[in-house]
Amino acid sequence: MDFATIFGNALRSALGADAAIYALAAIGLNLHFGYTGLLNFGQVGFMIVGAYGLAVSVATWGWSMWVGIGVGLGLAVVLALALGLPTLRLRADYFAITTVASAEILRILARSKALEDWTGGVYGLQRIAPSFYDLNPIPRGRYGPGTFSFPHQQLWVAIVTWALVALCTVLVALLVRSPWGRVLKAIREDEDAVRSLGKNVVGYKMQSLVVGGMIGALAGIMLAVNGSAVNADSFQPTVTFFAYAVLILGGVATRVGPVVGAALFWFLISGVESFVREAGSEDLLPNFLSGPNAPGAVSNTLVGLLLIGLLLFRPQGIFGNRREMELSV
Amino acid sequence: MSEPVASADALAGTAPEPGVPKPDPILVIDGVRRSFGGLLAVDVDHLEVQRGVITALIGPNGAGKTTLFNLLTGFDKADGGRWSFDGRAIAGAPPHRIAQFGMVRTFQLTKALARLTVLENMKLGAVHQRGERFFPAVVRTLWREQEREIEARAERLLEQFNLAHMRDEYAGTLSGGQRKLLELARALMVEPRLVMLDEPMAGVNPALTQLVLEHVVALRDANMSVVFVEHDMDVVMTISDWVVCLGEGSVIAEGPPDSIVANSEVIDAYLGSEHGAPVATEAGP
Repeated sequence: MDFATIFGNALRSALGADAAIYALAAIGLNLHFGYTGLLNFGQVGFMIVGAYGLAVSVATWGWSMWVGIGVGLGLAVVLALALGLPTLRLRADYFAITTVASAEILRILARSKALEDWTGGVYGLQRIAPSFYDLNPIPRGRYGPGTFSFPHQQLWVAIVTWALVALCTVLVALLVRSPWGRVLKAIREDEDAVRSLGKNVVGYKMQSLVVGGMIGALAGIMLAVNGSAVNADSFQPTVTFFAYAVLILGGVATRVGPVVGAALFWFLISGVESFVREAGSEDLLPNFLSGPNAPGAVSNTLVGLLLIGLLLFRPQGIFGNRREMELSV
Repeated sequence: MSEPVASADALAGTAPEPGVPKPDPILVIDGVRRSFGGLLAVDVDHLEVQRGVITALIGPNGAGKTTLFNLLTGFDKADGGRWSFDGRAIAGAPPHRIAQFGMVRTFQLTKALARLTVLENMKLGAVHQRGERFFPAVVRTLWREQEREIEARAERLLEQFNLAHMRDEYAGTLSGGQRKLLELARALMVEPRLVMLDEPMAGVNPALTQLVLEHVVALRDANMSVVFVEHDMDVVMTISDWVVCLGEGSVIAEGPPDSIVANSEVIDAYLGSEHGAPVATEAGP
């Protein structure tokens, strides 16, 4: 068994574009859930509008990538308003239900026959980001040792996405240390108390939803750029739950939690997958654990168990403060 | 507006009868109604609250005291009626606007913001903060100066309320009585002219009751008006200048505290049953 290969695969995932994309999604979710207490179970909906905003603009209408990014971010604002205006006045559970449903509506619309002329339906859209790769200053080639190596295009996406992660982390950190962030945290604790102190709670929740949603849209945009393609079925509800897993792993309402959580999450997923594949090819595993679908299934199972263990033994995540978490609200 | 007078004196010539006009009202209520299904929970024809005094709102359970609080502060929607605060009609205004106008409430079940520190709780109370707007929030220099002033004011209040040693603790670690004090102090950060306290003594241990009482009296001395809901008649008698008694949603009596304990309607509706006063002659069918 080649542990260098397994480790290389795991590390490549942890530092690759996918992990950075999940980090972005989780940073947005952290603003919603971690700081404002908004139970957004439809973060993937913001990723859909970001990805398709870019993809349809470029691949269907032939606009420039920059316009497409603007469209994607703009649609995230529209989605946030459409979600928030009717539900943010209501109890938290109505908002939660609405977010799951709306994300699924968007996915099903994107793959529908009716919109095929625009979205490509079940086939999705391709050739979305040639101009992104044209900007790549990295010379053609492969970078890195063994399995921990990136082709120049992948390296370029990963660098840009991680740079966006850094930018969004700093932005959110600046926001949450400000009096604005104090209001959000107070809303998480008790909305009525915040109202009684003269703050427009619905307005603040809306701002949080818009900003976190735009960061989610950025994740979608980079997902579309990463494969230079979009397909509606890559935006299943599980994407949101993986983003929650990332957030909980790193630490809810911490600044770097989403970033470290994403890297660790992908390290584990890929590492276990690679391990099962290697072990299977050497006939070290019982029959039911081999076969083409086994690595994915086993890694999901193990990561699930790990998360359960984490919630039992370190519920605050890697960076969270346990004393803070256990306070009675 | 008039200078603070020895508070009770201002009301000396006011007749103890429901809906009586006050010489200098800060809150004027007209025809406020709220029903839940078939139950008319609040039905106040006319009520004025005098500026600069402590007004107690009493009444048996279910009399509509908290509902009236919720209506007046925008936390619940009235079926009808008008009310004005300091001459400004505020019926229908959202709660945060009403707080910004200077009319601040607290809650029967204390709402300490558990995972914020005591100091953060306090600083949250200040209104018109530049740093609470989205874009300026990102740039610290735009709000640092104001934040310092707010922090200094918060620290002075914490000192007064014997909470200074807890400033960096999470509010969730405070005792019930300390939470009440924090909620009161936090409300003062809004710089209100009228403070509405919903059962400020509920859940406070006896040792702290006296302290909370002193703080309520201190509000009046600091030129604020206070309305408070309270069940303990000893507390009401000790600190209030005027008492309003609600029964089944309406004002059934109002007047100085001693006139209220002697009022037969109040005794019927409320005191008789709770105080075990000799009411046999009044209570007959």
